[in-house]
Amino acid sequence: MNDTKLSGSAPLVLGAVAYDPKVVTIWDGFKAWFEDRGLPFDYVLFSNYERQVEAQFEAVIDVAWNSPLAWLQAERIAAATGHRAEAIAMRDSDQDLTSIIVVRADTDITAIERLRGKRVAVGASDSPQATLIPLGHLAAAGLEPGTAFEVLVFDRLPGKHGDHIGGERDAVRALVRGDADAACLIDSNHLLFSQDGTLPAGAARVLARTAPYDHCNFTILGASTPKTDRFRELLLGMRYADPDVRALLDLEGLKEWRPGRTSGYAPLAAAVDRFGTIDTFVARVAARCG
Amino acid sequence: MRLEPVRIDLGDLGFDEGGHLLVKRALRRLSPGAEVEVGGTGPDLELHLATWCRAQGHRVRPGSPAASGALAAWIVTRAADAPGEADGLGWPGAARAGHADASRPGAVVEHPPATWGLAARGARVEPGSPDFGFTLADRIEVWSDDAARLYAQAVAAQWDPATAVPWSASFELPDDVEDAVVQVMTYLIENETAALVIPSRFIARLHPHFREVMQLLAVQAADEARHIEVFTRRALLKRAEPGLSTAGGQASLLTLVQEPDFPIASFLLSVLGEGTFLILLRFLEEHAPDPVTAAVSRLAAQDEARHVAFGLAHLRRHLAEDPGFRARLASAVLRRHDALRHTAGLNAEVFDALHLLAAGSFASSALRQGHRKVQALLAAMDQGRKGNLERLGFSPTEAADLSSLHTRNFM
Repeated sequence: MNDTKLSGSAPLVLGAVAYDPKVVTIWDGFKAWFEDRGLPFDYVLFSNYERQVEAQFEAVIDVAWNSPLAWLQAERIAAATGHRAEAIAMRDSDQDLTSIIVVRADTDITAIERLRGKRVAVGASDSPQATLIPLGHLAAAGLEPGTAFEVLVFDRLPGKHGDHIGGERDAVRALVRGDADAACLIDSNHLLFSQDGTLPAGAARVLARTAPYDHCNFTILGASTPKTDRFRELLLGMRYADPDVRALLDLEGLKEWRPGRTSGYAPLAAAVDRFGTIDTFVARVAARCG
Repeated sequence: MRLEPVRIDLGDLGFDEGGHLLVKRALRRLSPGAEVEVGGTGPDLELHLATWCRAQGHRVRPGSPAASGALAAWIVTRAADAPGEADGLGWPGAARAGHADASRPGAVVEHPPATWGLAARGARVEPGSPDFGFTLADRIEVWSDDAARLYAQAVAAQWDPATAVPWSASFELPDDVEDAVVQVMTYLIENETAALVIPSRFIARLHPHFREVMQLLAVQAADEARHIEVFTRRALLKRAEPGLSTAGGQASLLTLVQEPDFPIASFLLSVLGEGTFLILLRFLEEHAPDPVTAAVSRLAAQDEARHVAFGLAHLRRHLAEDPGFRARLASAVLRRHDALRHTAGLNAEVFDALHLLAAGSFASSALRQGHRKVQALLAAMDQGRKGNLERLGFSPTEAADLSSLHTRNFM
């Protein structure tokens, strides 16, 4: 099982963002699992994705566990500086997500057009799922955020790209209270909030649903190495039925790792192009690293 | 051969209102890769079904609404890595932790794995459960087939301190006699406190696989809690504070509290200590100067008899499997005797109090009579210990030697 060629060499260093204390449990657990299989492994935690993206261009980390927005940042900085970014793996639960826009069941808002002049609650300002993609969806339908309707931002933990659920919960609560006319959230949180009572039964109606998109991925820059190849191979070989990793997979929210793909980032790319969300950051880092 | 997919129609039942239970039940009955068709009219059904399937690792695709007669339908394919009925609804490799019924062969195992943890005996335990580190985890050290019966008996025999004792009985004792009662109660309270602390410490270390033993020790600790209550209440019936606690008495109890080995602690506490105490409590009932003292002594003695019975039962079982353990029990008595060699033993105030209670008054003839009764008490205690030691297989000579080395503090 051990790969003797890698044993004893410098560890593969992964970067992850500390959006929750459980991140330490997850990566300590995976570290032990990888090392048992002959892959020297270590990880570095960042307080925000921008710091992590910069660190990868400074070669501080070999692999970045990136949010979709961080992926676009990395991909664009790489393109601007003659590098190549690659998404090598992702969770099954990162694929084909949708965001939804909900309204109170008793309102007359039956079409997107009727949001004109209303208040739309969103999550963190840098959240792909609770802010950028749904606002992009509305903009594409002809309703420019901030002009056609008011945007109420519930900005929990900026820099963490909406990984923390708090912003979406606050947006939904604002809707239920009547402080907002619509709220944006990821599909899975709609089920969660319906089950835990944040969204009382029958209180809200789904007004719109975005096209499917993908979420996080493990990003590498440049060509793969024996270490990143082995990392990917070990990830894809993890089985949920294996009790040694099941608890870690549960914490990370997946049943299996899948090969990375970049076909699911178009809705977010369109939104950030429209809003110019990451242009300044990309230009600054590209200028420094180019 | 491809089987027709199973169909479920949720009607207008929302997925969040319990619809997921129906889908989950259907999927559990399928083998990995098999399909179930889900139909329904709930407005958020498709959204919730897709989200739930993604989180569970199942795949979902649109089905044919006409096929199920519902407004819309989806086909769900069961994930490969999901527990199903074929696995007893647990993960493959889940092991049964013995059997619930202790009388079944193999129900109580010799060395239950630490990862069975708090699981009910007989439950299927998934692999990967944490290690609780229970240090009392060998059947030979703790188990008794009598534990379940003694536990049931203990639960049925629980008396209510508020009603079982005639607290409002009217009596007035001479000051000296009341003081003697208070001194004896003070002594009883600290001994019963030791008897509460010792099983409690072992409960926390005991593997819960030995459920009946754990329950019995818990009810034993609860017995001692009631004893402490009634002895305290009797001590304070006519006085503001209890009497004297001596260094020698506490030193004797410390050797019990510090004994780390369960069977040895059980031997010293339950068989020798509480066995001796049982005779003391019967003596107190007989010579009690008032109905309250008589009642609290009688009630406590009932419980102590059970504690002695459990100690004897599991030690006899242990010795039947490991006769060499008898030598360790004997050396534990010697060790304790050596440790207490330089202490005073029984509180002289307690001894004098017992003498006075047996005498009933300060009249010379009564005192002489009391002295004889206390001597008879000590002889009865010695007889009782020897009897218990012989029940554990010690020869009459060994039993006599060991009994003579028992602490002068009785417990």
